[in-house]
Amino acid sequence: MKMKNFSFFFIFAISFFPLLCFSFNEEAPTDRRVLVLLDDYSLKSSHSIFFNSLKSRGFNLDFKLADDPTLALKRYGQFLYDALILFSPSTDRFGGSLDSAAVLDFVDSGHDLILAADASASDLIKNIATECGVDFDEDSSAMVIDHKSYAISGTGGDHTLIASDDFIQSDVILGKNKIEAPVLFKGIAHSVNAASSLVLKVLSASPSAYSASPKSKLSSPPLLTGSAISLVSVVQARNNARIMITGSLDLFSNRLFRTAVQKAGSPNKHEKSGNEQFVTEISKWVFHERGHLKALNLGHQKVGEAEEPAMYRIKDDLKFSVEIYEWSGKSWEPYVADDVQVQFYMMSPYVLKTLSTNGKGLYHASFKVPDVYGVFQFKIDYQRLGYTSLSLSKQIPVRPFRHNEYERFITTAFPYYGASFTTMAGFFIFGIVYLYNNSLPQDISYLEARLGLDWLYRIILI
Amino acid sequence: MSSTMTSDLLKPFKLKTKQQELLIRVSILCLVYILAFITRLFSVLRYESMIHEFDPYFNYRTTLYLTQNGFYDFWNWFDSESWYPLGRIIGGTLYPGLMVTAALIYRLLHFLRFAVHIREVCVLTAPFFASNTTLVAYFFGKEIWDTGAGLVAAILIAVCPGYISRSVAGSYDNEGVAIFALLFTFYLFVKAVNTGSLAWGLASAFGYFYMVSAWGGYVFIINLIPLYVLVLLITGRYSMRLYVAYNSMYILGMLLAMQIRFVGFQHVQSGEHMAAMGVFFLMQVFYFLDWVKYMLSDTKLFQAFLRITVTCAVAVGAIALGVGTVSGYISPWTGRFYSLLDPTYAKDHIPIIASVSEHQPTAWSSFMFDFHILLFLFPAGLYFCFKRLSDATIFIVMYGLTSMYFAGVMVRLILVATPAVCLISAIAVSATVKNLTVLLRSKNKVVQTGSTKGTSSGKASSKGSLDQSQPFQKNGAMALLFGAFYLLSKYATHCTWVTSEAYSSPSIVLAARGAHGNRVIFDDYREAYFWLRQNTPQDAKIMSWWDYGYQITAMGNRTVIVDNNTWNNTHIATVGRAMSSYEDEAYEIMRSLDVDYVLVVFGGVTGYSSDDINKFLWMVRIGGGVFPVIKEPDYLVNGEYRVDKGAAPKMLNCLMYKLSYYRFGELVTEYGKPPGYDRARGVEIGNKDIKLEHLEEAFTTSNWIVRIYKVKPPNNRW
Repeated sequence: MKMKNFSFFFIFAISFFPLLCFSFNEEAPTDRRVLVLLDDYSLKSSHSIFFNSLKSRGFNLDFKLADDPTLALKRYGQFLYDALILFSPSTDRFGGSLDSAAVLDFVDSGHDLILAADASASDLIKNIATECGVDFDEDSSAMVIDHKSYAISGTGGDHTLIASDDFIQSDVILGKNKIEAPVLFKGIAHSVNAASSLVLKVLSASPSAYSASPKSKLSSPPLLTGSAISLVSVVQARNNARIMITGSLDLFSNRLFRTAVQKAGSPNKHEKSGNEQFVTEISKWVFHERGHLKALNLGHQKVGEAEEPAMYRIKDDLKFSVEIYEWSGKSWEPYVADDVQVQFYMMSPYVLKTLSTNGKGLYHASFKVPDVYGVFQFKIDYQRLGYTSLSLSKQIPVRPFRHNEYERFITTAFPYYGASFTTMAGFFIFGIVYLYNNSLPQDISYLEARLGLDWLYRIILI
Repeated sequence: MSSTMTSDLLKPFKLKTKQQELLIRVSILCLVYILAFITRLFSVLRYESMIHEFDPYFNYRTTLYLTQNGFYDFWNWFDSESWYPLGRIIGGTLYPGLMVTAALIYRLLHFLRFAVHIREVCVLTAPFFASNTTLVAYFFGKEIWDTGAGLVAAILIAVCPGYISRSVAGSYDNEGVAIFALLFTFYLFVKAVNTGSLAWGLASAFGYFYMVSAWGGYVFIINLIPLYVLVLLITGRYSMRLYVAYNSMYILGMLLAMQIRFVGFQHVQSGEHMAAMGVFFLMQVFYFLDWVKYMLSDTKLFQAFLRITVTCAVAVGAIALGVGTVSGYISPWTGRFYSLLDPTYAKDHIPIIASVSEHQPTAWSSFMFDFHILLFLFPAGLYFCFKRLSDATIFIVMYGLTSMYFAGVMVRLILVATPAVCLISAIAVSATVKNLTVLLRSKNKVVQTGSTKGTSSGKASSKGSLDQSQPFQKNGAMALLFGAFYLLSKYATHCTWVTSEAYSSPSIVLAARGAHGNRVIFDDYREAYFWLRQNTPQDAKIMSWWDYGYQITAMGNRTVIVDNNTWNNTHIATVGRAMSSYEDEAYEIMRSLDVDYVLVVFGGVTGYSSDDINKFLWMVRIGGGVFPVIKEPDYLVNGEYRVDKGAAPKMLNCLMYKLSYYRFGELVTEYGKPPGYDRARGVEIGNKDIKLEHLEEAFTTSNWIVRIYKVKPPNNRW
């Protein structure tokens, strides 16, 4: 009896096994297994609020030193983690099999990355950032300095602790609740590579900021100044992997989370900095708890038919539909928007139509196939700030009319029909009159002799 | 004693002379028929029963479609696998004659319970029609001269290399059936002119219809026949026979030709067909004048009437043509037609026509190669034709002269000239041999006191000269006869040699002599196409130069951007531009065309000279013709095309160069030469360190002849 119970339990466990392995997948895009690489374990306590908030949201954090010789992201072709947090700015070399190429391969396979540097950032870390489209300041001693929007504090005199509230305007990335308090930042500057179209500045420096070494005097004008400096940037790669890059590891620290903040020149004093809210919200975005869309069931039918055809004809009426859902962190909710468009595309869009939605995730439109044949595509190219980009296409050839699909009789051609039939009748009558009327001149031998029409006469006479 | 025994035995089988002659004639024709077929089978024996070259693959693919899906689907076939993303309406842009013919033969064989594969039918269609052509040549020769000339014509055309080049087994192209149709139409028309019978005129109209359905070369017929009629009118050979033959053939032929979708209304709307229509109206004017002359007895009155009518007719015709052209109803001549009349036209204006090797002007050596002794028998035949002028000989003279001119303009048109050359040469051979034998025989007759029966003409001609004949006449005739047979036997050996050496290569499988004299086979093309078929996604799009388009769709079953049906110059120019741009610019173009794979042909390892690097300047020219950013001088150094260290920088970094020579610098191709030695051009390449950014090598065949690259997706993080 006991044995039976056990086996029942075993089968029960096996059947739920897929649910038990928390891993990133299409059905539940939120990350589960996170590898945190640290320079030393003291960060674990000094940044515990951030880590605990992640744990409380269900993440499984695996802390390791950056030079741990057993480090590996991948085993037997399978990734061991869904996301990577690099809190190891000063590491020159990772331990184990990890190197910058492995990190980038991790991202290119659709996994997420949070990278924080500080004044001691190594070339390795800077390289990874550069590969993601973000350039840290070349000068290794430089920090972001702002003499106008620094945070007033008891001690600091060099204005490297900056209070910034120049956020990106996006509810998707930063959450619905407005971040009231400025975010405290102490670290190095980076700029966004102009060639990269995917990087977003989430937190920018004020126009008066610049990047220079606080310890030495300025000998030449700083290379990075003003709002070209980004404090926190995010990248959403083409495969929807999300990356967050910042030049300040302190941004995540318990100390700055708790510090009261007053921005220079501002009368408002906040009990608590905006860091905790900012970091929490942005990590939700990075780990796909928010802003993740999926589109499925791209379908099209001829109006009045249920089957999806393999080919359309020009001027056919068709119905197009697609379902779009948004991941809420726990379940797929219908995504509702009025700006989703479908293109009927062959080298350029021939039809561009806004889809209407039923509020339950289904989007649909109906239109007429243009009067052009060729190989078309139904294309959905939906890119909205913060959301995963949806680009789907489905190829469909459009053929011209078949020879028997044209109108058989056209009104305007009636004169021609009339002409041909009267010619036929005329020829017939002429033939009879010509052959059987004796009153005609008998001189037809002139024609007959030369025309060689005897066989024709014979046929007619039969 | 024994001889009388045998003659007694054979008595019941003894035939009259006429029957004997018939028996010999029929058996010669049968042998020629078989000879014409088997001499074209070299390629099947050497390689295998396969389709050759480029265009035949398209024909094969369409025939396959026709047999599988039926005629109506074929007629309305919209092919989404070629010319991506434009597609091609196959049914409306091809000459269906060849496919329909092959499909009918296939159906017939299956009806007779021969379970052959359609490929075998396609491979053997051209030899079969070549055999039929020999029969037509016989009848044609008989019509214009006599049965002897007909037989010689049949033999000559059966083995003539100019015709074999396009009709070996496996060369499943339009020309294979079109030459048959062309000659048949001409024969029927000449027959109609000679007899003045409507029935023959009707038959030639149907022959013309078959020709129109089979090949674009029908334009030659619809221009040659009016020209011929015009010449007859001018030389005062107008007759009722001509009137009947031409009018019935033209009107019915035109109506029938309109049924071919690809031709459509061209007979009434395009400049190339206007000559035929003009001559048609001229005929009516002539007929009318003839009638008026018949009715009027007053010559003076008629002269005045003639003047007015002719002036009016010409004026009305000119105005109609002018209005039609200006209003756009009549389309002007196409570039191809212009380039026939003016050989330099294509070179200056239409690089896409000039780039095809078979559109180049003919070298005299290829005349020699394709015609051999016919080349000097041809003028002799013309001499005989002029000596015995008739409507029929005028026709063959005109056919011969015009087609010889066209053969000089374009290599491929040697094919059109071949039947005419064979027929005219046959007249020369037949007439000469006949004269000589008559000479020999008449001598004998004097000795044998006239017991043998010579032909009546021989008697008449020889009687006068016989008495004053020189003593060596017989020997001279004998020597000349032997000379003629020597020449003809040389011709036969030459033809067989050319057929086996030059014209029986499928060009999809290459053969070369190895170091020890053994035959080495390079089957790289098929290797590459089967790789594509088995390793790429079903909807992958392949970009290559247009030469390989038909083969990729037929053998690789993948979508191509451009193919050998060069209907859209801009699309081809886009591909040419991509090939001659730097990699990142080319990447943008390839992305916009959704290209997944790029295929290039490279002969640097094997020494195969017709590869893409040697064709590259045409890509530059065609691309530059539409996109002026591509300039030919950028790829040349002092007007010289090179790929070694001294090459132009743009040349060394363009996509085609990179794809052809990627990793080639590591390879030693020939003993004693540095790595990266290009054997096709005999130089060491100039850029050995090639890095690809947006493409990656996907497949290279065993002899590097075909290289396939995959287009990478855009950078993930940028």
